[in-house]
Amino acid sequence: MKLPLVAALGLLFATPALADWAQTLAEAKGQTVYFNAWGGDARTNAFIAWVGAQTEAQYGVKVEQVKLTDTAEAVTRVISEKAAGQDTGGSVDLIWINGPNFLAMKDQGLLHGPFVADLPNAQYLDLATSSAASVDFTVPVEGMESPWRLAKFVFSYDSAKVAEVPGDMAGFVDWAAAHQGRMTHPDPSNFMGATFLKQALIELAPDPAVLQQPVTDAAFATATVPLWAWYDALRPNLWQGGATFPASGEVQSQMLNDGEVDISMSFDPASTAAAIAEGTLPATARVFVPKAGSIGNISFVAIPYNAAHAAGAEVVANFLLEPATQAHMQDITVLGSFAVLDPARLDDAGKARFAALPKADALPALEDLGPVLLEPHASWMTRLVAEWAKRYTK
Amino acid sequence: MGQALHQVSRLRGAVLAVVLLGLIAPILVGLAETARAAFGVLPALGLNAWSLKPWRMLFAQPGFGSSLRLSVVTGLGSTLIALALAVGFCAAAPGRMRWLPPFLAVPHAAMAVGLAFVLAPSGWIARALAPVMGWVQPPDIASVHDAWGLALMLGLVVKELPFLLLVMASGLSQLPVARQIAVGRAMGYGPGVAWIKLILPQLWPLIRLPVWVVLAYGVSVVDMAIILGPSNPPTLAVAVLRWFSAADVAMILPASAGALLQAGLVVGCIAVLWGAEGVLRVVGRWWLRRGGRGMSWAPGLQLARVGVWGLIGLAAVALLSLMVWSLAWRWSYPMIWPEAWSGGIWMRADWGKALINTLVLAGVTVVLSLLLAVFWLEAEENLTRAAWAEALIYLPLLIPQIGFLYGLNVVFLRAGISGGYGAVVWAQALFVFPYVMIALSEPWRALDARLLRLAAALGAGRWRRLIALRLPMLLGPILTAAAIGVAVSVAQYLPTLFLGAGRIATLTTEAVTLSSGSDRRVTGVYASLQAALPFAAYGLAALVPAWWHRNRRDLRRGGV
Repeated sequence: MKLPLVAALGLLFATPALADWAQTLAEAKGQTVYFNAWGGDARTNAFIAWVGAQTEAQYGVKVEQVKLTDTAEAVTRVISEKAAGQDTGGSVDLIWINGPNFLAMKDQGLLHGPFVADLPNAQYLDLATSSAASVDFTVPVEGMESPWRLAKFVFSYDSAKVAEVPGDMAGFVDWAAAHQGRMTHPDPSNFMGATFLKQALIELAPDPAVLQQPVTDAAFATATVPLWAWYDALRPNLWQGGATFPASGEVQSQMLNDGEVDISMSFDPASTAAAIAEGTLPATARVFVPKAGSIGNISFVAIPYNAAHAAGAEVVANFLLEPATQAHMQDITVLGSFAVLDPARLDDAGKARFAALPKADALPALEDLGPVLLEPHASWMTRLVAEWAKRYTK
Repeated sequence: MGQALHQVSRLRGAVLAVVLLGLIAPILVGLAETARAAFGVLPALGLNAWSLKPWRMLFAQPGFGSSLRLSVVTGLGSTLIALALAVGFCAAAPGRMRWLPPFLAVPHAAMAVGLAFVLAPSGWIARALAPVMGWVQPPDIASVHDAWGLALMLGLVVKELPFLLLVMASGLSQLPVARQIAVGRAMGYGPGVAWIKLILPQLWPLIRLPVWVVLAYGVSVVDMAIILGPSNPPTLAVAVLRWFSAADVAMILPASAGALLQAGLVVGCIAVLWGAEGVLRVVGRWWLRRGGRGMSWAPGLQLARVGVWGLIGLAAVALLSLMVWSLAWRWSYPMIWPEAWSGGIWMRADWGKALINTLVLAGVTVVLSLLLAVFWLEAEENLTRAAWAEALIYLPLLIPQIGFLYGLNVVFLRAGISGGYGAVVWAQALFVFPYVMIALSEPWRALDARLLRLAAALGAGRWRRLIALRLPMLLGPILTAAAIGVAVSVAQYLPTLFLGAGRIATLTTEAVTLSSGSDRRVTGVYASLQAALPFAAYGLAALVPAWWHRNRRDLRRGGV
């Protein structure tokens, strides 16, 4: 481990960018990075703890996870720091972020960067302007956040209890009518509930292409007509008559485990296999996706403009992109999250690492997951959630 | 003598200054900061002009009216039910109530998680009924998260009842109950009626404030409302929290307005209770003078007794379920007990650091609050009690946390003291100190003043009287107050989160974060620890005085 590092250091000074990186490393040494990340998943927490142990050993950078119940907490914290005029030495160094939270921070000028291109491991990413790693909910990333794990919307169900699952979103209406009260979705104020609606919107909208543009009144009205018709047919047959909804995808997963519903949903294709290993889902739980594909996006890390330990945060962001780190992360016995690296850019050793990962019954292969549908522009989500509340909250 | 009095009032002035500057000022400033945002001024978002837009946004939120109604109904309803049960219980069966501490000790969130499991359609009760009812699958009924907030009300009653019983027991210990009841009985009043007609009117002034605290809590509770309450729409406090944490940062505006409204709601509900008290005073006088002997009260009191024991039983089952979950590996419907057990969750969950943080914070906060309380009460001697100053102490308990914590955080940040242990201790003390005062002030004032006068006559100075006489004699109540303080400190969620910048992980912050995940077993571990810590404190509060006073017969009464 040490020797290649020394060799790498020798190479570092060959280009100005790498010289900068050496400076970043030097600056980062001894720093403690406060990584603000949603803390509701014990496996993710354990993975972040492992990352911290590695970066401390390799670069002298400690990582402390600040466990959030909602990413917006970290955004609010940075805003209140800005409100108090604390423009340096902020308490948030690194945030697990994407979508609307990223858009909000980028719009408000609350982010440090661009920094992604300076990370040595950015060489393994496909950073072409239209690639998944360069666009977050249609918002150009522009180097202000660095990818670390792949998210794809999937459903999970208990194969011992349910023989047939809906083939597409439209199919949920008949399925729910045949299985009254056995299906629900998280409250749309939670991103998982909103994603369920977005998935249906993409499938049902007369012209899905408009979803990639910022929302307008006219576009919203036309695009959502079939969605509300579909939802009005679905809702009466939902769990508890569609009068109340679980607070999050995790709570719904617990309901699947309790047998209160037959279908749950997640943004992590590996979460079902992981939950079985953890004992929080029955061994017969499996994953399915709508045939036409499902929404996929990438989880990023971003650094606030006033972060006290920006250098350390960059080192952590870079470490998260190491092929070895990404392979460790994709290991189902560790976390099982799919890697964000471009396989074509890996060397043979890197490819071999991924090929050697263990398998699990409930872990879908990447090719079983169907095509990746692009997230609509973030403004659609805000609008969709507001409209849903207007229609169904009395 | 004149000089001594001067000294006393100086001490009191100093204590008052600490309380005003340290505890009250931050709340008012925090409230003001929230109010600024509620009227459109939020420089961080480039908004500098006053406007009513946040209020218009607030009123336009879907379900706003229902949220408001839910908060009022669940808050007022649960307080009145808990009060009625506690009154009925005390009227029917006065006693030592040694079983109270564990129920006082458990934090609200932990109790709520346990209750949710017991009551859920797939929960313990349903599992017990499943074979009889033929439920192959959990029934599709709204036994928690019901739209009327009944499950939430039940949870609040279960948690507030022990607190009301405690303050009633403490109030009753200062009244000549037995003698007056005997007189009442001799005049032909039934046992329960004598209590309600003679004792309750005297007891009420002693418990009025704690009842207000319970009411304020019930109207603005967040954690229990998330776990047990309806979600579409939720209660106002939960809705406000959702808006504060919405991805759209502009939602901070209606959230701030909602936070301010939440504070107004508490004031309004207290005003309703106060108004009702005024009406009852008039009606009650007429009722008392009518002189009815009212033998028919017995069934009502019996009902209250059954109700209290039923609820305490439910609470005990809820706590047991948490402990079982923490030791379960798989436990699926309709199994009454887990199909696979494991100690693995205890071994793996990383609770050591959170436990140490919790202990340190509780220790420092409680010691500081106790010192302040002792000085406050000591300074009060020889002087008339200043009611306005006392009312101020309780302000933090009466104003909803959500109303001022955001603003307080901004103020602390500006002063450069956020994100550390100091800020968290400070924020927790806001809530620990009033509870310590509630627990300590009555026993302190009830101490036989003749003893102190005797000591003074023998030449003991002020400090000697305090250290050699008063404190040792009040060891039991002091430790009880400390135990209550520990329970309050352990349970603090929002203050720890906001002012610790999320960096200071305590058992409660971890438990709440993890309950946003799906692993009830991990929640069980943290909730058990959360409950165990204050329970240990109550245990010590009972044992230490007993040992310390082992050779002082008349002091061997222990705490609580």
